[in-house]
Amino acid sequence: MALLKVDDLKIHFPIRGGILNRKIDEVRAVDGVSFEVKEGQTYGLVGESGSGKTTTGKAIMGLNSITDGDIYFEDAHLNAKKGKKVDVRKDVQMIFQDPYSSLNPRKRVLDIVAEPFRNYEKMSKSEEKEKVKDLLERVGISKDSLFKYPHEFSGGQRQRIGVARAIALNPKLIIADEPVSALDVSVQAQVLNFLQDIQKDLNLTLLFIAHDLGVIKHMCDRIGIMYQGRLVEEGQKEDIFNNPQHIYTKRLVAAIPDVDPRRREEHQRFRAQVKEEYQQSFYDYFDENGMAHELRSISDTHKVALPERG
Amino acid sequence: MSKTLLEIKNLTTSFRIGEEYYAAVDDVSLNLQENEVLAIVGESGSGKSATAFSLMGLHNRAKIEGEILFKGRDIANLPASKMNKIRGNEISMIFQDPLTALNPLMEIGKQIGEVLLLHKKDMSKQERRDYSIQLLERVGLPRPERVVDQFPHELSGGMRQRVIIAIAIANKPELLIADEPTTALDVTIQAQILDLMRELKDDLNSGVILITHDLGVVAEMADRVAVMYAGQIVEIADVESLFVNPQHPYTRSLLSSVPATDFAQDRLHVIQGIVPSLKNLPREGCRFKERIPWIEDTAHEEDPQLHEISENHYVRCTCYQHFYFPEESKEEQANGVTES
Repeated sequence: MALLKVDDLKIHFPIRGGILNRKIDEVRAVDGVSFEVKEGQTYGLVGESGSGKTTTGKAIMGLNSITDGDIYFEDAHLNAKKGKKVDVRKDVQMIFQDPYSSLNPRKRVLDIVAEPFRNYEKMSKSEEKEKVKDLLERVGISKDSLFKYPHEFSGGQRQRIGVARAIALNPKLIIADEPVSALDVSVQAQVLNFLQDIQKDLNLTLLFIAHDLGVIKHMCDRIGIMYQGRLVEEGQKEDIFNNPQHIYTKRLVAAIPDVDPRRREEHQRFRAQVKEEYQQSFYDYFDENGMAHELRSISDTHKVALPERG
Repeated sequence: MSKTLLEIKNLTTSFRIGEEYYAAVDDVSLNLQENEVLAIVGESGSGKSATAFSLMGLHNRAKIEGEILFKGRDIANLPASKMNKIRGNEISMIFQDPLTALNPLMEIGKQIGEVLLLHKKDMSKQERRDYSIQLLERVGLPRPERVVDQFPHELSGGMRQRVIIAIAIANKPELLIADEPTTALDVTIQAQILDLMRELKDDLNSGVILITHDLGVVAEMADRVAVMYAGQIVEIADVESLFVNPQHPYTRSLLSSVPATDFAQDRLHVIQGIVPSLKNLPREGCRFKERIPWIEDTAHEEDPQLHEISENHYVRCTCYQHFYFPEESKEEQANGVTES
């Protein structure tokens, strides 16, 4: 059963101009994206800047207005136009990229972490404090930190405070938008391990948005590769890394630096080869506007955006 | 054959906090040959960028001690008037963030023209423009004759970084310092920029100092690698020895905290504690000691020095001989040693 289902999602931003500030064109940030995330799974959305991965994440959170398409969370239609709007904000939480700007510098840790349940639950001051202490302990931050301010913590600690806030209401789905790209490798390792632990403990589902394929490979069960607002390939981790079919995926995989200097030349040759293939066969994989085709299944788990045969 | 381009001897760069000076770069000695890529790796606060900035003479109000011999001439603490003749000419730098390194109010052509104006005074305006176009073409920008009149905001991140590189190579520098040149870029663009840098280095036969925290980039680019921690070099070796046979606990920890490209590994190694701030750097004994508390105190040297453990492979402190990861038991470690 899918916890989250995104169906043909389209998000277009208007470009306004002229004397009357009318819409003269639009940016198709997300243009027909469909995928499902199963409960307990980690789904990775990968793409370069401008591919629409963050826009997709924000739309699920309700932070972007949706042009077309549907998002379902546990069968509740999130962007229903008629009828009652379902409020899932308790169940869906977000972890942001930059731990330096996502915590209010003028608030104490207590207020930052308690904010979600101040909005949703009625608690006395002492209950609140206890709950925050629990949460901090869970993310490995000392209980004495309640009255400290964000600047007193390191990057990794701040990211964990962000996680404490995200899990405060026992959400079912967490959207992590580039949660480690602002961190040093050793701190990155700490946050990744910690996300895995928390996921296991709380049976969370993770939508992991990142551009770093190494991190994605480490964290995710299923991966969707985005290019210019569309998915070009989707599959289990093994499908994507061992058997990439789309030329763009191949190019991304080839671009990951190899950490073994002994294979350097071999890797460079391979990359040059993929680059050549990319240039030669670009129009075999994209339509005349340079957009990806529709996804087609090539196995039970693996979908690739290839043109119709014939 | 190849000759020494740069020799850094006992470089110490200190910054003032309050009344006292604290060394961010502490007694660093390095050398670089022509056409060699030396990578300096470390986390934020390790002193790698401070080292690079010292070479370029870009620190304001810092105390710089030791010698920086560039082609045999000491350029440490050179007055600005003399340094300006070298900077952007014989030594140039590629910065991390191409958006902030370029002037948003100036056309690309003019920004390239600036370095030419400073160092090649006999060029006419038209010559500068033509040469700028050539440079843009050299770094692989499409339609250079158009780009030359564009502003930075009209270009993508990868294109901007190419412009930065064009500016850096304008005067065919002998030493190129690249401070996290691809950190702000997407992976496919990163691969292109690294290819370009490699190509240019061979063309110009220049030495490159590559500062980065990305071990993948190091493995792809470097000939030799220096690992820095808390202002000191803790290990220095050729790239293969460093990745295949890392010795210092910090190097080993760093390498095992990177998500590897195989599927086997499910836990990443986490280095305990945090990188100490400049003010709280342990100045005595092994600086990495407090982050590997399970290693006995006796394993460390009192005043850790760099030891040559094999040809051109240096490791600081003796603790590397006794180091093991807490995840693996001591016996396993011992077995591993006897087997190998």
